Amino acid sequence: MWQYILKRVLSLIPLLLVVSFVIFMFIHLIPGDPARLMAGKDATYEEVQAVRVHLGLDKPLLEQYVLYLKDLLSGNLGYSIKSGAPVADLVAERIWPTLGLTFMSIIWALIVGMLIGVISAVFRNKWPDHLGMLIAVSGISLPNFWVGLVLIQLFSVKLGILPTGGATDWKSYILPSFALGAGIMAMIARFTRSSMVNSLKQDYIRTGRSKGLGGRQIVFGHALKNSLIPVVTVAGLQFGFLLGGSVVVETVFSFPGLGRLLIDSIQFRDYPVVQAEILLFSLQFILVNMLVDIVYSFLNPKIRYE
Amino acid sequence: MSNVPVETATAEIVVNQSPTRFQGFWRSFRKKKPALYSFYFVLLLILTMLFGPSVVPYDPALPDYNKVLESPSAEHIFGTDEYGRDILSRLAVGARISLSVSVSAVLIGMIVGTILGLISGFFGKWVDKAIMRVCDVLFAFPDLILAIGIVAILGPGLKNVVIAVSFFSIPSFARIVRGATLEVKEMLFVEAAKSIGASNTRIIWKHILPETVPTIIVYFTMKVGTAILAAASLSFLGLGAEPSSPDWGAMLSMSRDYIDSAFHLVFFPGLIIFLTVLAFNLLGDGLRDILDPKTKD
Repeated sequence: MWQYILKRVLSLIPLLLVVSFVIFMFIHLIPGDPARLMAGKDATYEEVQAVRVHLGLDKPLLEQYVLYLKDLLSGNLGYSIKSGAPVADLVAERIWPTLGLTFMSIIWALIVGMLIGVISAVFRNKWPDHLGMLIAVSGISLPNFWVGLVLIQLFSVKLGILPTGGATDWKSYILPSFALGAGIMAMIARFTRSSMVNSLKQDYIRTGRSKGLGGRQIVFGHALKNSLIPVVTVAGLQFGFLLGGSVVVETVFSFPGLGRLLIDSIQFRDYPVVQAEILLFSLQFILVNMLVDIVYSFLNPKIRYE
Repeated sequence: MSNVPVETATAEIVVNQSPTRFQGFWRSFRKKKPALYSFYFVLLLILTMLFGPSVVPYDPALPDYNKVLESPSAEHIFGTDEYGRDILSRLAVGARISLSVSVSAVLIGMIVGTILGLISGFFGKWVDKAIMRVCDVLFAFPDLILAIGIVAILGPGLKNVVIAVSFFSIPSFARIVRGATLEVKEMLFVEAAKSIGASNTRIIWKHILPETVPTIIVYFTMKVGTAILAAASLSFLGLGAEPSSPDWGAMLSMSRDYIDSAFHLVFFPGLIIFLTVLAFNLLGDGLRDILDPKTKD
C-alpha cells in the first residue's frame, strides 16, 4: 500500500512541473508587452521598465522559470499589481470561505444525491425512478448562475429569510452551496443508481434475501455499502466541477472567495493574482484526484496491482 | 425448373423488407420518448437559428422607452428589458450566437481530439505516451478554470470563448477516441487490411475512424450541453459576448440588476439555457443507449 502511495505521489512531480511551467508561461502568452499591459496605457517608459524589473521579465525565460519555482517553493506567489499586497496574503484571506462553500456543497450533494440514487435503483423503471432520474438530468443541465439568481429572488427578495450575498455567517452559505452543489448532486444520483442496480443483481443479495433479511437491511446494509466505492470516486473526481462552478456562484452571491477574486483580478488585469489563482485551483484539483486514487486503491486492492 | 424464380422472388422480398441501418436506428430511437422530444426541440432551435432573425415579431436591438421592463403580456410574451426590447425576439436571435459558439467550439475540440486519439491509439508507444501526457496536463485544470485562464490571456470576446471551450473538449475526445481505436485496432478486418498492404493512413481513415463514429456522435451531443453552459458562464462573468448582445449568458448577466423589480428578465434567458442543455443531454443519453450501449453509466 505505502509503495503504491509513494509511486502515485512521485508520479505527480513531472505533472506538477509541466503544469507550473504552463502557468508560468501565462504572463508571456498575453498578446503584446505584459509589462506595458500591467503598467497601464498611460504609463511612461520608466514606469513600464519598473514593472518589467519588478516582475523579473527582463531576465532570460529559463532563469525566470527557475526563480518562479524557487518563489513558489518558499510560498511567494508574487505581488498584486492593483494593491501591491503579497498574492499569498490575498489568497490566504479568501481560501477559507471557498473551502467552506465547496465542503457544504459536496456534503448536501452526497446526501441528497445518494438518497435519490438509492430510491431510483430500488424502484427501478417505476415512477420514483423516472422522477429521480428526471431530477438528476435536470440538475446536470441547470446553469448554476441561474439557480443562484432564482434562489436569491425566492428566499432573499420575496421571503426575506436568507441573505442575498456575502459570507458573514452560516446562513450566507446556504444559497450559494445549494446553487453550487446541484450539478454534483445530479451526477452522484445517476452514479448511485447505476452502481446500486448493479449491486442489487449480485449473488450476495440473493443469498441475503434467501436468508430472510429485510429489504432495508439488504438495501442499506449490503447493496449501498458495496455501491459506495464508485460513488465516492465520482464525487471526488467532480471536485473540478465545483472549483469551476465556485467562480460563477461566488460572482452571483458577491461571495468573498477565491472565485470572486479571480474574476475581479481578470477585470483589473492583475495578472500575478490570476496566475497564482489558476495555479492554486489546478493544484487543489490534482491533489484531490490523487487522494481519490489512493482512497480507491485502499478500498479496491486490485487497482494497486494494475 | 419452376422453383428457381419463386426462390428468387422470396429472396428479393426478404432483401426489400430488411431495414437499412438508418431505419433500424430510427425505429429504436423513436421508442425513446425523452430523446425523441429532445431531438424535436433541437430541430426547433436549429430552425430558430436559421430563420429566427427574419421571423421575430420585434427588432431585437431597437429600444422602445415607452415599454421599459414590462411584464409578460399578450403583446410581449416574455416581457421587455430595461430598454423596452422584446425578450422573446432577443432570445430567438440570441440562439444563433449561443448555439453557434458552443457547437463550433465542440466541433473544433472533436476534430482535433479525434485526430489525436486516432494517432495515439493506432501508433501506440512513444506517440501515445506523448499525446496522453499532453492530455494529462490539460486535464490538470478544471474545465471552466482552463477556459477562464485562456480568455484571461486572449481577452474577452466570442472568438476567444470558442477557442477556450474547444481547448477543454480536446483531451476528452482524444481519450475516448483513443480507447475506441485500441479496441477496433485488434479486430480482424484491420488485420486483413494490414495483410493486403494497406497504408496506415488508409487503415485509420477507412477502417478505424468509421467504427469510432457512433462513440464520437454520442459524446459530441453530450459535450454540446456542457459547452453551452460553459459559454453562457463566461458571458455571464463578462468574459464572453458583448454585454449588449442578445447572447443568452450576456442577457442573464445584464438582468442581475433588475432581480427585484423585473424577475422575468432573469427567468426566461435562464429557462431557455436550461431547456437547451437538457435537450442535448437527453438526446445524448438516447443516442448512447442505441449507438454505444457499452458506455452507459
